[in-house]
Amino acid sequence: MGQTAPHVCGYLTERFSDDAFGSFAGYREAGGYETARHALNRMTPEEVIAVVKSSGLQGRGGASFPAGLKWSFMPTDDEGPSYLVCNADESEPGSFKDRLLMERGPHQLLEGLLIAAWAVGAETTFLYVRGEYAEAASVLARAIGEARAKGVLGPRALGSDFGHDVVLVRGAGAYICGEETGLLESLEGKKGQPRRKPPYPAQRGAFGRPTTVNNVETFCHVPHILKNGADWFRGIGTEQSPGTLLFGVSGHVVRPGLYELPLGTRLDEILFEYAGGVPGGRRVKGVIPGGISTPILPAGLLDVRMANEFLRERHTLLGTGGIMVMDETTCMVRVGCIASGFFRDESCGQCTQCREGTGWLDQLLHRLERGDGSDGDLALLGDVADKMEGGTICSFADAAAWPVQGLLRHFGDEFAGHVSARGCPLDQSFAL
Amino acid sequence: MVSTLVAQAPEATVLSDELRAAIDREIARFPEPRGALLAALRLVQDELGCIAPPTARAVAEIFGLHPAEVLEVLSFYNLFHTEPQGRHEVRVCTNLACSLRGARTLLRELEEHLGIRAGQTTPDGRVTLGHEECLGACGYAPMLRIGDRYHEELDGPAARALVDGLP
Ligand SMILES: Cc1cc2nc3c(=O)[nH]c(=O)nc-3n(C[C@H](O)[C@H](O)[C@H](O)COP(=O)(O)O)c2cc1C
Ligand code: SF4
Ligand code: FES
Repeated sequence: MGQTAPHVCGYLTERFSDDAFGSFAGYREAGGYETARHALNRMTPEEVIAVVKSSGLQGRGGASFPAGLKWSFMPTDDEGPSYLVCNADESEPGSFKDRLLMERGPHQLLEGLLIAAWAVGAETTFLYVRGEYAEAASVLARAIGEARAKGVLGPRALGSDFGHDVVLVRGAGAYICGEETGLLESLEGKKGQPRRKPPYPAQRGAFGRPTTVNNVETFCHVPHILKNGADWFRGIGTEQSPGTLLFGVSGHVVRPGLYELPLGTRLDEILFEYAGGVPGGRRVKGVIPGGISTPILPAGLLDVRMANEFLRERHTLLGTGGIMVMDETTCMVRVGCIASGFFRDESCGQCTQCREGTGWLDQLLHRLERGDGSDGDLALLGDVADKMEGGTICSFADAAAWPVQGLLRHFGDEFAGHVSARGCPLDQSFAL
Repeated sequence: MVSTLVAQAPEATVLSDELRAAIDREIARFPEPRGALLAALRLVQDELGCIAPPTARAVAEIFGLHPAEVLEVLSFYNLFHTEPQGRHEVRVCTNLACSLRGARTLLRELEEHLGIRAGQTTPDGRVTLGHEECLGACGYAPMLRIGDRYHEELDGPAARALVDGLP
């Protein structure tokens, strides 16, 4: 446990190294569930949504959609059940924050879920945990059991008139089930192939009923926002992107791990000051800022604040905050191969552009890496990536194209070098 | 592959009463029975080691599905197996963050140590070795999982010792 404690903590993670935080008794003793009790007994759903809206909380699952706005899409005149879904399918390479949020702070998540369920009028929450996350699933199962036994969940949640239960569901290994409608299909016991939208989940979601889907980290912010107020939240981070974010730092750094920092913290500061820079006195070559789908930044562009409004200017995105660092020994064609192999294997295959495109990218990149690539292949690579963008059922195809586009934009010379040198010109003893 | 499996039309496996009861408890947790399909398959696989076609047929009967519908779900998800695996499943993450910290060398060392290639099982049926996509432990790389358990911040000797320690 101790080994994976965050290096820098904020309000979400400050009690992660305290085992009591993970237990019902410990969580209650420190005032846990009092915010939910207040919300369920003294606030209307509209009031809760208003606070979350004005806090400016954006979803932490990758698309940064405003959470309060999403909650307001739920129909209020609908008879019959509606659902809340917690997306705990975390499988974006580079991302490991949701796992630790669940393993270390299950009650913080449950409190967020209960408040959100009240706000959107959901009778049941489905907590869909990635299939490989056995430890998180067992911690959550225990926490849900405790919460039921103590009347936090149940027909009169926390003494209110609101009845609510959380149903733990485990995935079975498929990246695409993280896409919210793929997740809904999987929840219904089917292949996780994303649905056409509209209808959006708020209209027709799980089992055909109105549904709100948010990410684990998004829910974890909610109790803190309700407790401390929207202004407090807006005082952290940037004007457009408030709050802290759990940055997962990995790859060639001295101190990889989890860092909870305000949105808008500079990338070079995270890399060199917090994470201790690159080991062995080597130089940084490129950094993927937000999980493998987000386009890479070269060494010269790391003086950027980690929030979408700044990252967009540099043709990349915040994604899930999974920062992957590569030093000067790293072959960027190899990096492309690893990304493309992943996307080829995980495409659900419904859209031709995506199914064929991910296969092409993977073949072309491997050909270049082997030294069998031509200038024509290089041109084709960029062309295929551009044609994959837009027009598919879900944005997986975009996510597969972006890393390639980023690599070509900033490391085009290195790709061309693989053609002219008929192979990788880098010292292979350091190769990936 | 799927079509030949279906064409064989095997007799359905008889599932134990305990397993049936556990599946029924799962079904009760969902608004529609089919929601419990993944959970049922997990229970069955945990007990029988894999979900062979006759077993898939038994599950299909419980859910009122065509066996092909169950096979379609089975083949979509990486964690389900239609064939028996070794007693221990050892999977090294070879996605980017782990590869940057030596995961591919680690996997090659384990291949050599066990005398099998990734994707194969040792002749004594003890270990199935494989690679895996990102397991959400990128900050603690390189890592592998043995069954459900994560082992992080490994090097060659530590990984070999882990594998040697498996019964
Ligand atoms: C290919 C793909 C994979 C995704 N994987 C995840 C995931 O693992 N976890 C997650 O929370 N969101 C994931 N998302 C985003 C979800 O579709 C959805 O936007 C999110 O769960 C909404 O929660 P939020 O608004 O709180 O971020 C993925 C999206 C796509 C297109
Ligand atoms: S874009 Fe790819 S993953 Fe998404 S629905 Fe189409 S084929 Fe499936
Ligand atoms: S890349 Fe190996 S755990 Fe994420």
